[in-house]
Amino acid sequence: MTSDTDTLVAEDPITGEQIDLPADVEVGEIVDSPVTGTELEVISLDPVVLEEAPELEEDWGE
Amino acid sequence: MRVGVLYSRIRKDEKLLLDELRERGHEVAKIDVRTERFGLESTTVAVDDLDVVVDRCLATSRSLYATQFIDSYGVPVVNSPETGDVCADKAKNSLALAEADVPTPATEVAFTEEAALEAIESFGYPCVLKPVTGSWGRLMAKIDSRNAAEAILEHKETLGHYEHKVFYVQEFVDKPGRDVRVLAVDGEPIAAMTRSSDHWLTNAAKGGQTASFDLDERATELVERASDAVGGGMLGVDLMEVGVEPEADTAEAGVEANDDGAPDDYTVHEVNHTVEFKSLDAATDVDVPARVVDWLETKAAAAVDGAVTP
Repeated sequence: MTSDTDTLVAEDPITGEQIDLPADVEVGEIVDSPVTGTELEVISLDPVVLEEAPELEEDWGE
Repeated sequence: MRVGVLYSRIRKDEKLLLDELRERGHEVAKIDVRTERFGLESTTVAVDDLDVVVDRCLATSRSLYATQFIDSYGVPVVNSPETGDVCADKAKNSLALAEADVPTPATEVAFTEEAALEAIESFGYPCVLKPVTGSWGRLMAKIDSRNAAEAILEHKETLGHYEHKVFYVQEFVDKPGRDVRVLAVDGEPIAAMTRSSDHWLTNAAKGGQTASFDLDERATELVERASDAVGGGMLGVDLMEVGVEPEADTAEAGVEANDDGAPDDYTVHEVNHTVEFKSLDAATDVDVPARVVDWLETKAAAAVDGAVTP
């Protein structure tokens, strides 16, 4: 769902609230919930679906 | 060129890279390793269409296996699985640096609590205990006393994954409140920054403050040698300055080493193979993703030339 040319709107999976996302967001991208600060992963773009991002694992890093 | 990007998480770093690739008109295939399968002869990834694959996996385990499979299909992948294998393991990393005569902190590996305690006592206090895999300063211990050593070793022995029973013990380097991160491509520095903190861990991921840093001739040489030691590629080379008194340094982020606070030398403590660069991009005047893509273009061109030249 597009609210205007600069943002997309999606449902925060934690709170159920509608949140704005940058229009250039892409699948796999991590965004922070503006409400809870939770990391959310963009699962799809049409429609925009967010899920709580995976938790940090021990072998993550550089 | 057609670029495959192995990933499971698009962070700011990957976003910068993807944006730069697309702005230059390159075709980008995002490869979410969580949804693909890698067989001995073939894969669900459309690798035949790709000129080069860039490994941006956040999970080291996925990075190591995925690059090895991609390489087995004859598709150029950066960094190579060989480089990843060395860089992903601190013990292998230390050995490679030492074998190349790159100054690196004194290190011992031991496999039991008793032997690890002997190693710790031989270094004296403080010294450092690190997991052989892992990043961002996680689970690193600066050990200040025998009591602390015994407790940490017992915890690791009791609670840890088997890799935590590989005790990697290292001398504590009394760095001047900061270390140096260099992003290099096949040994050529792209950008460098200091990471400063009052805490002994100065990783940017731990909140260390970053500032641009000008490499001197010695540091430049060591970056090239460290890169060669692990097989080259796009790497994050971490150095500590040796012989700089904390008072003379620069505890303030952003002040470069000068005649008053110039280091006697450097020691290379780590080379990272899936290097993050958003902090470098922000801390320096260098357009880091542009330089990275410049390098990728040369890698892809070389691969194409190699494919058509007998």
